[in-house]
Amino acid sequence: MRHEDERPAPYWNSYVAGIGLGLVLLASFVVMGRGLGASGAATRFASYAVHKVDASLGGGTRAEADSIARRNSYMAEYLPREGDPFDDFLVYMFLGVLVGGFVAGLGGGRVRFETIRGPQTSDRRRLVLAVLGGIVSAYGARLARGCTSGQALTGGATLALGSWAFMLAVFAGGYALAWFMRKEWL
Amino acid sequence: MDAFAPIAKVYAWGPSASSAMAVLLGFGFGFFLEKAGFGNARTLAGQWYGYNFAVLRVMFTAIVLSMVGLFGLQRLGVLNLELVYVNGTFLWPQIVGGFVFGLGFCIGQYCPGTSIVACATGKLDGFAYLGGFLVGIVLFSFSFPLLEGFYATGSMGRVLLPEALGVPSGVVVLAVVVIALGAFALTHVLEKKLARR
Repeated sequence: MRHEDERPAPYWNSYVAGIGLGLVLLASFVVMGRGLGASGAATRFASYAVHKVDASLGGGTRAEADSIARRNSYMAEYLPREGDPFDDFLVYMFLGVLVGGFVAGLGGGRVRFETIRGPQTSDRRRLVLAVLGGIVSAYGARLARGCTSGQALTGGATLALGSWAFMLAVFAGGYALAWFMRKEWL
Repeated sequence: MDAFAPIAKVYAWGPSASSAMAVLLGFGFGFFLEKAGFGNARTLAGQWYGYNFAVLRVMFTAIVLSMVGLFGLQRLGVLNLELVYVNGTFLWPQIVGGFVFGLGFCIGQYCPGTSIVACATGKLDGFAYLGGFLVGIVLFSFSFPLLEGFYATGSMGRVLLPEALGVPSGVVVLAVVVIALGAFALTHVLEKKLARR
């Protein structure tokens, strides 16, 4: 067991971690015929949350069948009329990512409650920007039909034209803003 | 030899086998993301400020390895690439969406997958990002009627780079490998230069 005051283990060499990640992605193609994904599960969770909140506010079975989420042409796609809305490949993958990340972090002595931020900013400012970044990213990911996992990594490996366009655009967006955000990290 | 991969499609796996495999693949995905340092926003921010190019190295190592594996297995007749899901191309939504996603990445310093790993290891900014991401999906959904037209523009279907460029896939695979190796070398030079400043 590691103690609280013990320093966390260093991260792996990028090429070693990249080979591991690449083998997982290749296994996903060879076994399942599809790649990895992360934002799809989040879309399911968000749609279900809106659906449940609206249905319980409305009350009764009519609200359940005709919630604001079901009437929304985007969220309705993620809310099947029959069966479990979470019985989905990407939701199971989400659970796996959570456990895999936890096990890896535990092995490296890196599981602890903390806020990661640059040296010249406050925890509060960092958390507000993280929320804001999440909101903006969600807009981009939903517009592009995927994020770094489903588009850049998976689509990149299959040489999908649109995924490469997405990947280059992500780097362009990041570098366009980096100068303005530099005080948060340097 | 008949192609036996993708295994789940060739042998028509049922839903429970597929779900179990999804958990297993997710485990590997999350494990290596964390080991790469991607559960920590400081590692990810290094990409934009040049103090740590782990993002580019890990991503391109993974892409190159799985791409070579995928197209190599197809060449050997082991894998039927037609049965592998390839993201359809919607050129303009993907370019604009990608740019917006990049802005969000730079503001929040996570992406969805890495924020899950950050949450799993107790990073509070990871929870903040993922919470914001869920809120963003709801906002996107409610504004979807306004975006619907643009969302469907530039639809080109399943287009792979070799077809788009009119060259054999082997040439594109080789070009991606060469570009990746060049980019790796460049990141090491840049890191040294920036460290000296």
